[in-house]
Amino acid sequence: MELLLLILVGVLYATGIFMMLRRSMVKLLIGLILLGNGANMLIFLLGGITRGKPPIIGDADKVLTGIYADPVPQSLILTAIVISFGLQSFAIVLLKRVHALIQTDDLNDLNTPDTSI
Amino acid sequence: MKSIILKTASNYLLPLLLLFAVFILLRGHYKPGGGFVGGLIASIAFVLHSFANGLQNTRKLLRYPPGAFIPVGLAISLLSGLAPMLIGKPFMSGEWLSVQVPIIGLIGTPLFFDIGVFFVVIGVTLTILFTISESIL
Amino acid sequence: MIDRYIILPIIAQMFTAVLLIFFWRKVVVQRIISVLGSLVVLVLSIGLFSKTWHWGYLVMQAGNWKAPFGITFVSDAFSSTMVLLTGFSGLAVSMYSTVGISRQRIQYGFFPIFHFLLLGLNGAFLAGDIFNLYVWFEVIIISSFVLMTLGGKKPQVEGGIKYVTLNLLASVMFLTAIAILYGLTGSLNMADLSLKMATIHNKGLIGVTGLLFFIGFGIKSAVFPLYFWLPSSYHTPPSAIAAIFGGLLTKVGIYALIRVYTLIFIPDTFTKNIFLIIASLTLLTGAFGALTKRNMRMMFSYLIVCHIGYLLGGLGMYTTLALAGTIFYLIHDIIVKTTLFLVSGLIYKIRGTMNMDELGGLYEDYPKLSLLMAIVFFSLVGIPPLSGFWPKIYLFRETFTTHSWYLLVAMILASLLTLYVIAKMWGDVFWKKKPAIEKSTDDFAAMNWRSKFMLVAPIALLVFISLYIGFCAERINVLSERIANDLLHPKPYIEAVMGPKEIISPQSN
Repeated sequence: MELLLLILVGVLYATGIFMMLRRSMVKLLIGLILLGNGANMLIFLLGGITRGKPPIIGDADKVLTGIYADPVPQSLILTAIVISFGLQSFAIVLLKRVHALIQTDDLNDLNTPDTSI
Repeated sequence: MKSIILKTASNYLLPLLLLFAVFILLRGHYKPGGGFVGGLIASIAFVLHSFANGLQNTRKLLRYPPGAFIPVGLAISLLSGLAPMLIGKPFMSGEWLSVQVPIIGLIGTPLFFDIGVFFVVIGVTLTILFTISESIL
Repeated sequence: MIDRYIILPIIAQMFTAVLLIFFWRKVVVQRIISVLGSLVVLVLSIGLFSKTWHWGYLVMQAGNWKAPFGITFVSDAFSSTMVLLTGFSGLAVSMYSTVGISRQRIQYGFFPIFHFLLLGLNGAFLAGDIFNLYVWFEVIIISSFVLMTLGGKKPQVEGGIKYVTLNLLASVMFLTAIAILYGLTGSLNMADLSLKMATIHNKGLIGVTGLLFFIGFGIKSAVFPLYFWLPSSYHTPPSAIAAIFGGLLTKVGIYALIRVYTLIFIPDTFTKNIFLIIASLTLLTGAFGALTKRNMRMMFSYLIVCHIGYLLGGLGMYTTLALAGTIFYLIHDIIVKTTLFLVSGLIYKIRGTMNMDELGGLYEDYPKLSLLMAIVFFSLVGIPPLSGFWPKIYLFRETFTTHSWYLLVAMILASLLTLYVIAKMWGDVFWKKKPAIEKSTDDFAAMNWRSKFMLVAPIALLVFISLYIGFCAERINVLSERIANDLLHPKPYIEAVMGPKEIISPQSN
């Protein structure tokens, strides 16, 4: 399982970076999303995968009993997902706006701020 | 989307989903659920309604622009965090009333924090989705 | 000492932001609330600073959950100084924005987002937990994204894309590093991490994780190979926004870098060398970049990159005095860079352009304002009694004691080039005869006295602070040496957070 996830994380990072290096804006966006998911998977993987109960205290108990999964990575991932949800939707709106303004998908055409002296 | 089935179903689903969202919100403190998930379910209900009946009708149904939920939710969360400071506890301590209310259960500051989160999530999600889907049309 | 005063600047900032959203479309009310809110935050920050100065460390555990488990807010001398500086810059920019930001941008929600940005900055400085630091960073970047692209035309959104992409990449790096750190130690509290790091034997992995943090923070603070987004985006938004970005956003990256590399990772010789080399290259590229440009705000953007090099160089030398120099430089840089962009906005209001070829004759038209601006320019260069001079003494001296000769060469070159750039700018903008252009409107002269006051007063306030830093340098010296000492001897910090009994294997330097 760890090995499988490890490979998955690697593939997500690699494809994410690869997509970001393309010239298309949509691929840039896909790259960012893949990278974000890769990071979340990495937290999940490094938080330690245990085959156990969810970390919820039953009605009858006062403390957690038995083997349970570490809740911290899960809450970290949840936070990271929420944040990336906001950031990615912002990026989508921004790219749409840029596309409406300059009528192209090519990132190479975005050089006006650099070329001005 | 012009589908009579979806249109009829969404009219029944909207109140049911909203009720479910409140249920998820209330059971959230010690069990799976909470303001975030509840807010997402509630906003999904409105999104479904907008799919079936058109965005304009959903906006009319909401009365206020969805962005108006954000400051309300933020204010509730902030105040619920501040409330324990009035009785000399640190910021964001969980303070509970000792009386159990039927159906809702214990009432305390974490519940109000969650309600704030609930509103913020509805506001943010609907604003984002409405903005994106409006600019597509 | 456990104290809930820490949270007050954060709460006041958030309260202001929420209140502002309630008055979404009301421009005049928003202006008043923003200035008043910033004023309250400044007063609270001064209170926090004096309390922290007196007690040493203030700690607050949110919701009363004990240290390694709950979210901790810590205020030591370093963070409270940064909060104080944020308060000053925030007030100045808020005042300036009441006139400097157009009505339309305010209706799009400039002020609430501006206060969310300041909220994120205050939170990041006071966070005692690495994941909490990440969350505050995200608050900062998402508000900065909005500010960067708010109501923008073509160049602004184009610059915005680069800014957004690289900052998102930086936060992914940061998150990756946090994931590995959590996998290594099972903790996220910085004080707890500091203790647990000493017990881990896989030194190689620790080094790599540290460098991942360096890449993440490096993108945010625009160090050498990762700085390209900064000059292509910082000159596009309105000056008030550029001022808060230039003054504080790159510095929060440096703050996090210093915090992480003194508390969690202790740099070995290899890491120190990387810092020194990158610092030298940052100094040179920033200075040469500024040399090639004719647009004032672009030159300032490159100068931001250039001066990040001093800060990183100080961290790379890693002695008490070098760190003290870095802190002193940081204090000076935040104030001066904020002022610089405000000044550029004022010049834009007067002349309607940022291109030095079309500017000129400002000294003739506005002699008093020009003198005010001269102070900013010369303290940026580091002319002796002004604020930029003193930290450089520290940094130059420490290059001798640590034998980092190439850093010394780069620092001297960068200083000279900055001097040259600023002297050229002074000559072109202020002393040169005004070139004859058909249409030159002076928006500034047409304003009423109140608008004029709101534009000039923040600059005067910041110049006054800069003069204070310069003329009362021995006080800032005491402050920065104390901060440097605290940073290099983190034991009291850890004890303050964890409680004295928890210490198992104290880390000592």
